[in-house]
Amino acid sequence: MSKRVMLIEDEPNIIEAISFILSREGLSVETHSDGTTANDKLRASTPDLLILDVMLPGKSGYDILRELREEAGTADLPVLMLTARGQSRDREMAERAGVSAFMTKPFSNTEMLEQVRALMAETS
Amino acid sequence: MARDTLTGSRIRERRIILGMKQAELARRVDISASYLNLIEHNRRRIGGKLLLDLAEILGVEPSVLTEGAEATLIGALREAALREGEAGAELDRLDEFAGRFPGWARLLAESRARIETLERSVEALTDRLAHDPHLADALHEMLSTVTSIRSTASILAEPGEIDPDWQRRFHRNIYEDSARLAESSRSLASYLEAEGKAAAESGTPQEEVDALFEAAQYHIAPLDAGEAADAVAEDLGRELSPIARALLRRAFRRYAEDAAMMPLDKVLEAVVVTGTDPLALARRFGTDPARAMRRLATLPADAPCGSVGLAICDASGVFTFRKPLPDFPIPRFGADCPLWPLFAALSRPMSVLSRVLQSAGRQSGAVTAMAFAQPSGPPQVNREPVFEAHMMIAPAGPRGAETPEDVGITCRICPRAACPARREPSLLGDGLAQGF
Repeated sequence: MSKRVMLIEDEPNIIEAISFILSREGLSVETHSDGTTANDKLRASTPDLLILDVMLPGKSGYDILRELREEAGTADLPVLMLTARGQSRDREMAERAGVSAFMTKPFSNTEMLEQVRALMAETS
Repeated sequence: MARDTLTGSRIRERRIILGMKQAELARRVDISASYLNLIEHNRRRIGGKLLLDLAEILGVEPSVLTEGAEATLIGALREAALREGEAGAELDRLDEFAGRFPGWARLLAESRARIETLERSVEALTDRLAHDPHLADALHEMLSTVTSIRSTASILAEPGEIDPDWQRRFHRNIYEDSARLAESSRSLASYLEAEGKAAAESGTPQEEVDALFEAAQYHIAPLDAGEAADAVAEDLGRELSPIARALLRRAFRRYAEDAAMMPLDKVLEAVVVTGTDPLALARRFGTDPARAMRRLATLPADAPCGSVGLAICDASGVFTFRKPLPDFPIPRFGADCPLWPLFAALSRPMSVLSRVLQSAGRQSGAVTAMAFAQPSGPPQVNREPVFEAHMMIAPAGPRGAETPEDVGITCRICPRAACPARREPSLLGDGLAQGF
């Protein structure tokens, strides 16, 4: 059974590109673009990896991450955070919230795939 | 060297400007050339008839020889020297420098003021770049679009076949994203151009409004003529940033209300009798002292009562209006002296506090400061009032034996030792002695 990745991102064309790349890797990809329902979706169906944007409608990626770290079922879930804000304080905020890896937009597909593979390897 | 000991330097400077030989001047005032030489090198004090004779021959008022360069210039130079302490400016010869080279001194003081303005502009721009929500959104939009284009283009550029449906979708996505990118970058460029211009020219919005009032010499004639405040603000504030225009509208509405309550022609008649006494003026017009202070501060420059300064601050001490006087600067950046009655008034609302103040360490004249705090709006049920304080400053007249209180302008350059209000060590003294 293929591993599952949940992608929470509000840019439709980024969703399409990342979904294509990950599907080609043999991963099953579930996508969402609304921050407010993200934690419910994660609770209902916890993936093997979460790729999370920071600036989302309704709820920020930091808040989603903090909340999921407080829940037993998702406390150790690998999370790759994508953000257009690459300042050190944004990275610190992500680390404090419990991120596993952090990538600044625009990133290359190769770098993103390497991060995904590395995080998947940690959990397998 | 104290200022009144430099009379000789000024005599020498004036004589040289007139192209007069020392011997000739000595002969005309009936003293020896060697004695005049001692005077010109500040080694003999002079006064009385000799001073009057010298002033007459040199074609100046005696006070020009005894008082020399303006106190403001001296103060500005002192502050410039202290802020650039490592340059090693000879503070003990500051007055001599200002007296002998007034043009260079003015140039130096004005250059320092310009640097300070530019530094503030840089700070304001940096702050704006870091915290401007519009800018943050625009950059986020651009980076997201670039990410999408880069990721999609990479997929298309990879060797090997891609399903034709996916290929079409990716081409369409790149096309859409490139159009978005073009639009957002154009919009960002326009925004930066418009906002950057306003910020670079005058710093914070409050400083933009301050600069406008200063340029108008604090008198807004169209408002006194009864023109609508918002229209005047729109006209005079067209070059200001949007936030500064909003502040200007509020300031002009208040000015217009004041002008309606205290019409200019009647105030000009009244001040002939009341002078700059805001209480007397307020009584005549049946209004509060704060309004009278504002009217006095915004009279035309040739008003018969002379010019007064005014500082208005909110309950947190932030200035919302500032009109400094040459003898009493008001810092732009909220680092002023807590000893000013302006702040004491906030803890004693509805009482008029009157003090004679002398700026510590400055050789300028004393000023009379009258401060008054009152609620900034009408009373509301179960709501604590929010206070606003006014402090009017005027050159101190003869006030008998009243000794001026020493206050500072800002801690950094204030020489008062062991001041209970000191916020930070002064450049002028020993930090330990100042309690640090």
